Amino acid sequence: MINSLFLISHSGDIFLEKHWKSVISRSVCDYFLEAKEKAGDPENVAPVLQTPHHYLISIYRGKLFFLSVTQTEVPPLFVIEFLHRVADTFQDYFGDCSEVVIKENTVTVYELLEEMLDNGFPLATESNVLKEMIRPPTILRSVVNTLTGGSNVGGTLPTGQLSNVPWRRAGVKYTNNEAYFDVIEEIDAILDKSGTTVFAEIQGVVEACVKLTGMPDLTLSFMNPRLLDDVSFHPCVRFKRWESERVLSFIPPDGNFRLMSYHVSSQNLVAIPVYVKQNISFLETGSCGRLDITIGPKQTMGKSVENLTVTIPMPKSVLSVNLTATQGTYTFDLTTKVVLWDVGKLNPQKLPNLRGSISIQTGSPKPEENPSINIGLQIQQLAISAGLKVSRLDMYGEKYKPFKGVKYVTKAGKFQVRT
Amino acid sequence: MSTTALYNDQQGGAEAAVEAGQETTATISSGGAAFGLFSTDFKKNEDLKEMLESNKESLKLEAMKRIVQLISKGKNASDLFPAVVKNVASKNIELKKLVYVYLVRYAEEQQDLALLSISTFQRALKDPNQFIRASALRVLSSIRVPIIVPIMMLAIKEAASDLSPYVRKTSAHAIQKLYSLDADQKEHLIEVIEKLLKDKSTLVAGSVVVAFEEVCPDRIDLIHRNYRKLCNLLVDVEEWGQVVIINMLTRYARTQFTSPWKEDGIFDESEKAFYDSDSEEKQGQREAKPYIMDPDHRLLLRNTKPLLQSRNTAVVMAVAQLYWHLAPKHEVSIVTKSLVRLLRSHREVQYVVLQNIATMSIQRKGMFEPYMKSFYVRSTDATHIKTLKLEILTNLANEANISTILREFQTYVKSQDKAFAAATIQAIGRCATNISEVTDTCLNGLVLLLSNRDETVVAESVVVIKKLLQTQPTQHCDIIKHMAKLFDNITVPMARASILWLMGEYCERVPKIAPDVLRKMAKTFTSEEDIVKLQTVNLAAKLYLTNSKQTKLLTQYILNLGKYDQNYDIRDRTRFIRQLIVPSEKSGALNKYARRILLASKPAPVLESAFKDRDRFQLGTLSHSLNIKTTGYQELSDWPATAPDPSVRNVEVIEPVQEWAPSLGKAKKPKSDKFYSDDEEEEEEEEGSGSGSEDDSSSSSSSSSSSGGSSEESGSASEEESSGGSEKTSSDSGKSSSGSEVSSSESESKQKKKKLTKKATPRKSKQTAADSDSDENGNGPVGKTSSSSAESSSDSESDSEEDSDSDSPAPQKKTVAKTKPKVEVKSKKEVSLLDLDDFSPAPPSAPKSSVFSSSLLSDLEGLSLSNVSSAMQVTSSSFGPVKTYELLHHMTGKGLSAKYHFPRQPCLYQPSMVAVQVILTNSSDHSLEEIHIGDRSPGSLNVHCFNTVERLEPGASVSVSMGIDFSDSTQAANFQLCTKEDQFSVSIQPAVGELLMPSTMKEPDFCSEQKKLMGMNETSATITMATANTSKQNISKQVLSVANVGVVSSDQNNLQRFAGRTVSSGALVLVTLELRESSTALLTINTEKTVMASMLLRDLKQALSQA
Repeated sequence: MINSLFLISHSGDIFLEKHWKSVISRSVCDYFLEAKEKAGDPENVAPVLQTPHHYLISIYRGKLFFLSVTQTEVPPLFVIEFLHRVADTFQDYFGDCSEVVIKENTVTVYELLEEMLDNGFPLATESNVLKEMIRPPTILRSVVNTLTGGSNVGGTLPTGQLSNVPWRRAGVKYTNNEAYFDVIEEIDAILDKSGTTVFAEIQGVVEACVKLTGMPDLTLSFMNPRLLDDVSFHPCVRFKRWESERVLSFIPPDGNFRLMSYHVSSQNLVAIPVYVKQNISFLETGSCGRLDITIGPKQTMGKSVENLTVTIPMPKSVLSVNLTATQGTYTFDLTTKVVLWDVGKLNPQKLPNLRGSISIQTGSPKPEENPSINIGLQIQQLAISAGLKVSRLDMYGEKYKPFKGVKYVTKAGKFQVRT
Repeated sequence: MSTTALYNDQQGGAEAAVEAGQETTATISSGGAAFGLFSTDFKKNEDLKEMLESNKESLKLEAMKRIVQLISKGKNASDLFPAVVKNVASKNIELKKLVYVYLVRYAEEQQDLALLSISTFQRALKDPNQFIRASALRVLSSIRVPIIVPIMMLAIKEAASDLSPYVRKTSAHAIQKLYSLDADQKEHLIEVIEKLLKDKSTLVAGSVVVAFEEVCPDRIDLIHRNYRKLCNLLVDVEEWGQVVIINMLTRYARTQFTSPWKEDGIFDESEKAFYDSDSEEKQGQREAKPYIMDPDHRLLLRNTKPLLQSRNTAVVMAVAQLYWHLAPKHEVSIVTKSLVRLLRSHREVQYVVLQNIATMSIQRKGMFEPYMKSFYVRSTDATHIKTLKLEILTNLANEANISTILREFQTYVKSQDKAFAAATIQAIGRCATNISEVTDTCLNGLVLLLSNRDETVVAESVVVIKKLLQTQPTQHCDIIKHMAKLFDNITVPMARASILWLMGEYCERVPKIAPDVLRKMAKTFTSEEDIVKLQTVNLAAKLYLTNSKQTKLLTQYILNLGKYDQNYDIRDRTRFIRQLIVPSEKSGALNKYARRILLASKPAPVLESAFKDRDRFQLGTLSHSLNIKTTGYQELSDWPATAPDPSVRNVEVIEPVQEWAPSLGKAKKPKSDKFYSDDEEEEEEEEGSGSGSEDDSSSSSSSSSSSGGSSEESGSASEEESSGGSEKTSSDSGKSSSGSEVSSSESESKQKKKKLTKKATPRKSKQTAADSDSDENGNGPVGKTSSSSAESSSDSESDSEEDSDSDSPAPQKKTVAKTKPKVEVKSKKEVSLLDLDDFSPAPPSAPKSSVFSSSLLSDLEGLSLSNVSSAMQVTSSSFGPVKTYELLHHMTGKGLSAKYHFPRQPCLYQPSMVAVQVILTNSSDHSLEEIHIGDRSPGSLNVHCFNTVERLEPGASVSVSMGIDFSDSTQAANFQLCTKEDQFSVSIQPAVGELLMPSTMKEPDFCSEQKKLMGMNETSATITMATANTSKQNISKQVLSVANVGVVSSDQNNLQRFAGRTVSSGALVLVTLELRESSTALLTINTEKTVMASMLLRDLKQALSQA
């Protein structure tokens, strides 16, 4: 399966290697670096590459390449999924998945990688199990460790791996027992120049934060589960009960986890919370252009739109922009040529507007296409799919009364306006 | 880049330093300015050595951490090997783990030194803690030193029969490691794989299939008998194992089942390619026989379907490809939604999924058409994602949606990403050729693009137009004309050149325009780009051949210009063309053929998908992704024309895992030393003993029972047995009861073969009936539990029966007494396996509470010494519950009513089943006929049906017994209760306490077992008991009423202990009740089955708090 893993920085520096079978020379990465060079943008590097003797499967996360080397047939998604789990684990352990952090924690990283794979086959990927074996570093512990010479490796042997519920640690204890669920819905949409919806859909996730003592058995039911068109679950959810009763029944992992993700059936019309009036034009001569963007509320169900951001990746020939925003601030990144306008809260009485001029490198032709506008937004206390509501949460197996809470948020996912 | 270079330098430097260091230690000739440069690095390793040799743990740990950092950077730290290896037995876990990391990394290079560490691991392999055993095996097998192959082999074999599933999992991983180290071990390893494949633990299943795929993917025969088990376990296997198992089962299914595609070809528009390859279609037409799907094929499809909801994208993809390759055409579309969902995932996931969708969408447009909009491109997508989406959109295009798609394409053409824009133009070209309605629109659109400023776009458009025109040149004079008109405005040389080529190629269709274009070109020739000049020369030549009257002078002029051009290519071409077309004395035979050379009709390029030929690979594989055959790729075979014998998947008896248990301590017959002793032989022997006189058989049976512990039952053997047995029953009918007794027990299972006693004749016949019944069922019950506990349970079953049957004849007891001492001498382990029994089960209709003959048992307990796990026996129930549940009300059952209760008898059909007693009553006024259990689907719980009740008179009732394997869950068993006329769906839901069977153990054993089940496996609660319950008797009464457990005698007054095992998997369930003051008590349950524990706790709590 997976022979070796190399971590390569954005600039092409191979700063960590780990082998699960015989050692493979890091020169194998040269093929990858070559492909990276050719692709230009790191996003454009093909995830699956072939070299004379090896196959390279890589992911790009947090400005890092996780490059795995395999010698035989293996489902590429298997490796990709695993690499993302590795990155998730780093994120979980160190709060960040970047070159600096990994270099700082090389030993913990190495110990983790050692436990996660055996002979190239995933052994323990569940964060609860890993945390039992290797404790995540905290400031306090690292201070204590330096003083006492203690270690991050758990003295106890992991029992989670053997249990029927590997995602939950034994003997969890809390003084405040609480279970929070966030229903987060994202609108993916493409709007065309005139503002008509080309494509829109709603994807939702239920993120949970469960801090409950013992071994609780939870049941979460929805008001109108028929809305859900396609779902995927955390392994803890009992699929049979969902199939028969449309309730989520599960023994929750300890802490934060994603309980389910869903897709709202496409028959329902998707409400688009904002409209964008835009006019971006580049003049045929004179190497400059105009930009004028106004954003207004459309279907917000009476809630206010917050955290509104507008991102415009400008053509490469754009030199600078000179804009004025009636609300919020804007920045222009000279290297990536991205205009980022942080609007904040949308005020329906006084619509935010951004206008001004764009100057283009002299001599370069007028850009073929106008840049598309990416919108980010957030609406609290609203599930845009119109009515997916948690109706109740019951707990079995434990005696105490937990504190329960449900929060709804609507966000813009990949929300793009073509111009 | 400069940092990289710098870094590499450093790295190189470090390595050089280490090497230099080694050299100096060897030769002691240090010094020199060059060396001084590296001395810091060299010294660093030196003080690492010192730190490792110090006595302080913290220093050692610090040193190891720095060494691991070196390793992670790819620097060489191998010279520290001797210093590191000393710490392999360290007490500090972190230090030990880091040493392991080091050892695994460098053992291959330092083989001799690595051997020093082996004994530590060998010792750890015997550790009582399963995690230490597992990690020792893990490291031992990762040390790639050929010398230790035999040790590894031994360790693997031993670990494969370890009690802990985690250790067995590790051994499955070790198999692959050993195989890669020494392929000669293959045969032995296959044996281990075969054995582990039979394992029922979900932990093991994934890993062993990985080993199977790596070592012997061609040994498909090993899968047959495990097929159904794998299908049923699949949902509970960890996600990575699921992927491997699903892929393996896909391959398996393609060799074992017939094609489900023969008949429903109508569902599909364009699956020609599929059929072309395997010519199944023709066959399908010839055979008018309707297709019936093999139930096992259906089982696989049904059991994988829920996994489409997995959060693991690899699992979803694996299921999708399974459906694609195995499901009937009209069922494949259920995977669509899930695949589209994956598009929300990471970029890399999208990439692979889109590739697969691209291949699928070529053959099955319909599958993804409703989701077309999900493939719309965003400007923020990576280029390869965009291109793949475009590919899919093109594949999906049809008459109905083409206008939408083309509108979308118009946006893409303007994209800043020029490679993508170019790909879009090609896509438009493909749409134009595929859908004739839009060819003209597309062409016009493309022509407009010719005025694009971007060279790639124009070049691509011209190329595509060129291709389009070539396919149907006759109709498109006007486009050529249009292009000629546009010619003046087009500045991109590539496009100009392409237009000139088109003019020349089709000059006969535009006779008026072509010469004019040539005229214009003659004017501007000198200022044109080279590529345009070349095409001008070509155009001139072609025109000269077709229309020499008008263009002769022009051609000569251009040829003259070319002759003196700066570029040698053009001069060369001019010279060549002149010789070819202008007749002169020197020009030879070629001249005659000039027209045929220059104006030969060129084949039209074919516009087809880049994914056209990818369907030769299994979807989701690396091979498919790269479109090459990768190393280790297993071809998916074509469907067989006729299905191989499906009965190979029938599982009659699964050989118990424990039978491989390392050693049984005592002298055995030589043949039982083999892992697979000869069944036939043994059978003969046993039969001989069976037919012999009673005395004879008593001695031989006791001897065979000593060897029998390590012998095994294989399915074939038992089949033969049963046939042999029945034969006997018929032939021996007149003979003494002992002979037929043996035969009937043989037919039941070999375990019971080593028994001899008399048995009441009516019972015997009943048993045979039951057995033959299971044979009739064909696919039989899915396996007896394969652990030792199961064995002991089946044994104890008979113990209990003996006891409950207190009225059984005296000779019985005598035989028991006779057998016992012998065994005592012969073997220790067998004690738990000892069959004192074969007194057939008590008549099932009369469940009695029975008092266990504790004297006998405690004797037996005394025998078992070393192995704790064998020190426990599952005992009979000591409490007969009377709770009866309704199965079918007479109103709904049209007069037939059914009630059931759990007799708490060990099930006689299979040890893993829970016995259920059903009382059928006819409350109607007519007699009911043929009451039986209807067909069950293979996916449901394993149920052993009762024999059909032929006739039930009005008012009469009959009691029948069934066995249900609940697999240790309280999931209800659903089945159909049928009469001749009707069928009723009923379900039996067990209380959790009924899924247990009592187990007897002594207090010390109880405590030691309890210690092993701490932590995660412990559930406890403080309860308040009703005052009536505080006496010891009442407590045990209440507990026993809830759960079928056994009382553990205790000398502590405030503690009450109960022990049981789950029926299906034999997991221990230990209940402890610690009385506290004022009628509260601490109730603790220890078991691996945590879910059961919490449910049991709830039930017990309820029972004890009630008066």
